[in-house]
This record gives sequence, C-alpha cells and structure tokens, in this order.
Amino acid sequence: MSYTLDFSAVIERLPELLLASLATIGLALAGMSLATVIGVLGVIARRSRFKLLRGLVIGFVEAIRNTPFLVQIFFIFFALPQIGVRLNPTVTAIIALALNGGAYAIEIIRGGVDAIPKGQVEAGLALGLHRGQIFRHIILKPALRTVYPSLTSQFVMLTLTTSVCTSIAAYELTSVAQKIEADTFRSFEVYFTITLIYLVISSLMMGVFGLISRISFSYPVK
Amino acid sequence: MPQTTTQEPLIALNGVGKWYGAYHALKNVNMTVRKGEKIVLCGPSGSGKSTLIRCINHLEEIQEGKITVEGTTLTDSARAIDAVRREVGMVFQSFNLFPHKTIMENCTLAPMRVKGLSKAEAETIARKYLERVRIVDQADKYPAQLSGGQQQRAAIARALCMEPKAMLFDEPTSALDPEMVKEVLDTMIGLARDGMTMICVTHEMGFARQVADRVVFMASGEIIEEGPPETFFRNPQHERTRTFLGEILAHH
Repeated sequence: MSYTLDFSAVIERLPELLLASLATIGLALAGMSLATVIGVLGVIARRSRFKLLRGLVIGFVEAIRNTPFLVQIFFIFFALPQIGVRLNPTVTAIIALALNGGAYAIEIIRGGVDAIPKGQVEAGLALGLHRGQIFRHIILKPALRTVYPSLTSQFVMLTLTTSVCTSIAAYELTSVAQKIEADTFRSFEVYFTITLIYLVISSLMMGVFGLISRISFSYPVK
Repeated sequence: MPQTTTQEPLIALNGVGKWYGAYHALKNVNMTVRKGEKIVLCGPSGSGKSTLIRCINHLEEIQEGKITVEGTTLTDSARAIDAVRREVGMVFQSFNLFPHKTIMENCTLAPMRVKGLSKAEAETIARKYLERVRIVDQADKYPAQLSGGQQQRAAIARALCMEPKAMLFDEPTSALDPEMVKEVLDTMIGLARDGMTMICVTHEMGFARQVADRVVFMASGEIIEEGPPETFFRNPQHERTRTFLGEILAHH
C-alpha cells in the first residue's frame, strides 16, 4: 500500500481555505462576544430575586450542557422553520455557538462571582451603592479575572466547535475543506492542512487572550 | 462626660434584638450617640459588638426594636436604608478595598455613583481626605501595592469621601501587623479630635482611654455596663467586665 503525498491540489486552493479560515474566525468571534454577553446577563438573572427568572436560567444552562451541540444546531436550523423561524446557515451557526458558549459562560462566570469575598459587597453597601452598581463596579471585573483561564479555554473550544457548523452547510473552514476533498480526493492532504490551520487559529486566540488579560487585568493582587 | 450640648441623638438604638436562627445575638440593646461623641465598644469575641454596629448601617437586619440615625428610622424600605448609609461611613477589619481600582478610584466610586458628583469634584474631595490620612502620594497605586496600615488608612479616606456624619469602625486594627497599628490609631485619633462622631469596636484600650467619651462593654449580646473611660477602667462594676479587662490589659 503506497500513497504518494501530493499537496499541489491543496496549495492551488489555499486561498479558498484561508478565506474560509477567516469565516471560521468570524463565527468564533461573534459566538464568543455573544456568549460573554449571555454569560454576564445570565449570571445577573441567576442572582435575581425573581424565582421564575432564576429557574429559567438554570433550565437553559442544564438543557444546553446536557445535549449535543449537533442536535442544538439541527434544532435551530431544521426544527424552528416548522414554526416559522427560518434562518440562514451563518446566522444559525452564530446563534447556536452563542447559546452553547453562553450556557457554559454562565456557569464559569458564576463561579467567579461566588468567589468574591463577602466583604467587597459589604464595603459597597456601606458606601451606599446599590446591588446593580456593586455587581458592575465591584464584582464583575475581579470575577472575570478569576475565571479568565477557564473562560478562554471554553472559548477555544467554541472556536473548534465551529467545525460542526459544516453539518448545516455554513460557510467555514471544515465545510470548504470537504468540498475541496470531494473535488480532489486528496483527503490526507486536505485534512492535514486544515488541522494545522485550526492549530494556528487556536494559538492565535490564546495569544490574543493573553494580551487582553495583560491589558484588562493588570492590577496587582496579593 | 459628653462635651457637646444636649440635643437629639445622632444615633439611637431602642430595645434592639437580633437572632441568627435560634441564636440570640443581640438582646434588648439600648444606646444613644450624640453628635461628636466617641464610643468604644468592647467585649469578648462573640459578644455581639460587631453585629451591633453592622445593624446601624443595615448590613444586618434586626428583628426587634428600633434604630434611628439622624431622624431616619431604619426599616426595610430602600429609601431609609439609603438615607442611613449616606450618613454613616464604615471601616472594616479586613479593609475591603476594591483590588481592581486604584486608591483614588476606590475613593471616587461612591461619591460619583451615589452622590452623582463629577469625576473632577470627586477627585478633589478624595485628594483632601487622602491628604488627611497622609497617603495622597499613593493615590495612583492599587491596594495590593500598599502596606496593611496604608490600606486601612485608604479605607478610612474612602469612607470619609462620602462626608458621613458618623463613622463605624469594626476592629480596624485587628488584621494589622503590630508595627502598623499605631499609624491607623493616630489617624482615628485625628478624626476624633476633629469632632467626628465615632463608634469603634476595638480592643485598643489605649485608644479608648485617649479618645472615648464612653466605653461600652458587651457580653453575650447584651450591654453589661458603660461609662467614661476613667470610671470604666478604674472601677468596673461587673464581674464580667473585670475578668475581660484583666485578660485584655494583661496583653497590652
């Protein structure tokens, strides 16, 4: 059994792959940003005095964390049109990534919020600040700093999960790779190449996360 | 003896009772503090002294009795709580400075968000009080870059920036290394001399002697006795007070 490696077909279509990589990064960034927003709002709702709101958040988090992402994205793409909600693949992908990442972000950020010493809240109360102000100005930043490593590794996961969006034919790196493979039959070369590209994207993300951390969370702690 | 003329008390507690579940933390506590008075609260740990001052700014809720601050009676209403917290500053044992904010930002947060001052106004006030606690040169540092004593002085300045009518101190020197206790006490003495109304939970009996108008001794959630420091230290009436003073003075 002999197989001769030939990357020429892949190299020829490299521009397509690079363009698709940008789409992957775009999906990931959109998903992460929305997931962060969902995460923070979810934590606020989770701490609300309204039981119903708390229950809804818990239900959402459990539903997302205990079902496969593939089923979630199928649900949005194939089931929702039955009740009149029709979304294109890219929008579906972003929504699915945001909801999935958001559910995990809620749990992660909540851990950070719970770790804030009670005295911080009391100091805020004693100064006359209200609950919302205390969350925003006193709790949020130290909480995010505490969970930043977990949150960012979850976001790298989210970036890699964009490949599942192939299943609804969203435009991103894996779906483009599949097309090239179908055209050229160069399976090894194609998937080897996108494996490397994913590796580069993840590393870039980690680098950017590190930079953000150094800019935003640079205050010293004992 | 109170130095001020008779007037409405700034802070009044009437028949205050508090429970944690079945545990009776405060029992029928009555206390009045006039404007400019300095009260030192002492007593063994678990006697309810911290709980008591934490009730005054509603960090803890009472189940019985009445607390009035500057004519406002503390109820569950947010307005009453806000009104009281605006008049009463608090300094904590563990400083509770906000680690992600500089000393200046720690001092300007509440004046800007609660009083609606502009950044410039808030910073002018902050600089005044940081000057007063002698750490204005540390204004741009973060809490973790300061010594314990400096952090506690910053926390005092932060509370003063709201220009409160009274200050509550909850064991302000208990978390400090011994060599830093003095700088914090000196700051508090200065504050007392300037006429600030103060209630201090502390075991620093030297401080009590020097600045207190009255020393209040608590045990098991009750006020056992109180009096001017001279009488309190020289001639304690109750056995429990004598035991406590014997123990605490042996260490000082």
